[in-house]
Amino acid sequence: MQKNDLLEKDRDLFYSIEHTGPAFYWMVGLLMTILAFALFTYIIQIKFGLGITGLAQPISWGFYIVNFVFFIGISHAGTLISAILRLSKAEWRRPITRMAEVITAIVLAIGGLHPIIDQGQPERILHLVTSGRLQSPLLWDVTSITAYFAASTVYLYLPLIPDIAILRDRGTKPRWLYQFLSWGWQGTERQKKILERAINILMVMVIPIAVSVHTVISYIFAMTIQPGWHSTIFGPYFVAGAIFSGIAALLIVMIAFRKVYHLERYLKEIHFKYLSTLLLIMSLIWFYFTFSEYLTTFYGHEPDEMKVFFYKFTGDFSPYFWIMVICNFIIPVGILSNSKTRNITGIFIASVCVLIGMWLERLIIVVPSLANPRLEYPTGIYIPTLTEWALFAGGVAVFILGFLIFAKYFPLISIWEIEEGRETSISEVAHRLSSYLPDDVEQDEIKKILK
Amino acid sequence: MARWGMVIDLNKCTGCAECVTACKVENNVAVVGKDESEMGRTMLWMDILTHYEGEYPNTKVRYLPRPCLQCDNPPCTKVCPVRATYLDPEGIVAQIFPQCIGCRYCMAACPYTVKSFNWYEPHWPQEMAAALNPDVSARPAGVVEKCTFCVHRLQKAKEQADSENRELQDNEYIPACAEDCPTQAISFGDLDSPHSEVSELIRSPRIFTLLEELGTEPKVYYLSEIE
Repeated sequence: MQKNDLLEKDRDLFYSIEHTGPAFYWMVGLLMTILAFALFTYIIQIKFGLGITGLAQPISWGFYIVNFVFFIGISHAGTLISAILRLSKAEWRRPITRMAEVITAIVLAIGGLHPIIDQGQPERILHLVTSGRLQSPLLWDVTSITAYFAASTVYLYLPLIPDIAILRDRGTKPRWLYQFLSWGWQGTERQKKILERAINILMVMVIPIAVSVHTVISYIFAMTIQPGWHSTIFGPYFVAGAIFSGIAALLIVMIAFRKVYHLERYLKEIHFKYLSTLLLIMSLIWFYFTFSEYLTTFYGHEPDEMKVFFYKFTGDFSPYFWIMVICNFIIPVGILSNSKTRNITGIFIASVCVLIGMWLERLIIVVPSLANPRLEYPTGIYIPTLTEWALFAGGVAVFILGFLIFAKYFPLISIWEIEEGRETSISEVAHRLSSYLPDDVEQDEIKKILK
Repeated sequence: MARWGMVIDLNKCTGCAECVTACKVENNVAVVGKDESEMGRTMLWMDILTHYEGEYPNTKVRYLPRPCLQCDNPPCTKVCPVRATYLDPEGIVAQIFPQCIGCRYCMAACPYTVKSFNWYEPHWPQEMAAALNPDVSARPAGVVEKCTFCVHRLQKAKEQADSENRELQDNEYIPACAEDCPTQAISFGDLDSPHSEVSELIRSPRIFTLLEELGTEPKVYYLSEIE
């Protein structure tokens, strides 16, 4: 009886699963159309070759690699943030972790496909298995991204099991799906213990894997001796940028789904305030890394490095470079450090700017170094074609579509963790707090305060 | 074992681009046409870099023929994820076209930007297509290619020597560019053999290699111009 009451309280969380309006189908239809168009252009690319892109010599990497780095970067929103919040016992994490983990799983799948889209001979992808060379940073990537994908999908699935069981018990359709996926969950003490232990192990494991992913992606560039790429700071610089763009993506998703599915009771102002503080900190860290990176280059003033440097600061790429600085630093810091503008609208604007800025940062890292070869070659400019834009749009469409479909079948906010929060976390936090204090607080006193 | 190398005398080079043409014909390098070429998709295993010096009217044009530099410490082979390019025992940076997945990492890693990519299925003008060199495999779309020091000529010369039961002689193996150069600016041979022409030339005080400071140790050397 009591359990049903609790579930009744959380009926908003079942709304997206049990009621599907026409807007949902329109949205899915629209996204499917975009996806179909992207697939169509990709088939043309397979048929005719990469010639239908805007790539050439020497700028032989473009949108596909940029989007690869960008999407994988966003994946750091998820699992990493969720794991860190769980690990640090941040109680406000409860309504956030699920969405964060979903972002990771979807975006990793999209990002992981990009190197294949970029390949001239995609059907030879298995050569990586049959004759892969571990000395190549590309293999490090394959290894690390696969591990991250495996760990983060399991990390998404495990805390989902009790929720799936709730849906099963409610008789939500399709029954076989929840029957199968709930894995026989009955909520016994033993099952809870095992689940908790599994989540704890995974959350510790997933952090180094996540850090390794964007580190080795930066190594693709840093391991070469090309000007603008060969930098020791690239590993942490990429990881910081990834977390930065990840938090921005998470905030956008939270704001959007809060509005669409009326989750205001769960995602409160305070959650956005806390997360946007993180965003502000990451923006400052991003600026610090960017400043260090370019000051070192400028001070050393090596001719080849300076060609790339000026290409970014005053040359062909200067509009993108300065928009990036505005989007990644000036706007977010301006909005988020002022308590008047730090409301949901302000946070939304800042997050969108950060996503644009971080995408530009990936573009600014990939293209200018290729556009300025050391020897004297005529170099054109890189103008992406419709194919590349279509596949970019397709990637974004898959992201939204993935989210919509997930929300159609599973709760976007962890129901059992919210319940657990209601039941146990207040007294747990009270005990924890009292243990920080210099004088011993009696158990009875805590109980008195709680009442 | 031989260590094949090349010396290009810039004092003799006139920039006539005979080597470029010879290479293109010898190695079945695709002709991409004007539009593609303007996009930067010209395929040249041997290219000529042009450097302009001074201001009008006191200008000087310098030419620099540029094959693959065949580094002893190649940045391209290091990064290849599938061993589609590797340093062979005789010092040639070889390409395995059927193995290449077309990721273009080697293109991005090469500090000399010598590699070309088959953006489309390669094609040739009709006259050329009828006279492709049977010794060099044609490449499919989507793979990377570059100068191989005409390694097929080495294989042929070795087979010839084997069939006659003797050692490979000096000057039996020479790439198309070196063979065709009208001013004999390009010398080719075994850098380790004490009597070969190249091993004598690399002792010249005029000798230099491109971007020496990167430590790639190219086996294509240049003799500087005499002012």
